[in-house]
Amino acid sequence: MAGVPSSSPTGRLRREWDDDALVASLRRGDERFFAELVEDWSRVMLVLALSHVESRAVAEEVVQEAWLTVLRDLDRFERRSALRTWVLGIVVNLARSRARAERRSVPIPPEPSGPVVDPARFRPTDAARWPDHWALGPVRWPAPEDELLAGETRQVILDAISQLPVAQRELLVLRDLGGLTAAETCNVLGLTDTNQRVLLHRSRSRVRNALEHYFDATEPT
Amino acid sequence: MIDDHLPEMPCRELVELVTDYLEGRLSSEDRTRFEAHISECDYCEAYLEQMRQTIRVLGRLPEESLSSEARDALLTAFRDWSRG
Repeated sequence: MAGVPSSSPTGRLRREWDDDALVASLRRGDERFFAELVEDWSRVMLVLALSHVESRAVAEEVVQEAWLTVLRDLDRFERRSALRTWVLGIVVNLARSRARAERRSVPIPPEPSGPVVDPARFRPTDAARWPDHWALGPVRWPAPEDELLAGETRQVILDAISQLPVAQRELLVLRDLGGLTAAETCNVLGLTDTNQRVLLHRSRSRVRNALEHYFDATEPT
Repeated sequence: MIDDHLPEMPCRELVELVTDYLEGRLSSEDRTRFEAHISECDYCEAYLEQMRQTIRVLGRLPEESLSSEARDALLTAFRDWSRG
């Protein structure tokens, strides 16, 4: 596996491995490659598992079980989807059934609808001037992007993700943490494209709202 | 660049369309309205940039991989598996 960087620049799954090479390396028993693959993909697999189960230890078990399933069923991988889509689908199924066993999964409440920004932030629709424009507008965040990932801000983001309804959380993890395309995500989660975009919009907006709240970054217009 | 024939897109409407805009899924008419509004509204421009920042930060979030115990266990399983 010459030319494979030792770690990806972002948390996202690497894209440079093609499935044929990947499957061939595994079949060949290339241990070093398997170790790299586990290291790289398990990060997103763990967050995905944590969308369903509470403890880090259980999430690790789910990810381990998923890898064992991958090895066991590799011969049955039909390449109708990308390998990583197949692998992440295995994680979703295992994590969901684990959550059911833990009775953590309550009946899924209907997705909340309604605006993603507090309606009170806008001028009334019947205002004489600037109807439906910001009354309390967003202002730029004080922190440069690297700082957004440091210490307390990171925790704000993690908390916001953990408070999302499970369908939004799964989706946000696959799209934005895992870097999957819309089509791949629909494939893993069995969503329609429209539904996918609705969930994506709601989940991203809620993380943005949490950061804005943390920075207290609004001003009267 | 503003097409006078298209109704303005107010801020309240724009914030609901940010994801469709970033996903390239707006109709060309709505994209024109969206971009016309952004070019004149600092607040909505800040809002759009914050959504982009949020997406970039989310992409850099996953850090921890498996514990070394779990990794070692998987490597052992892999060895057994490839020996068939």
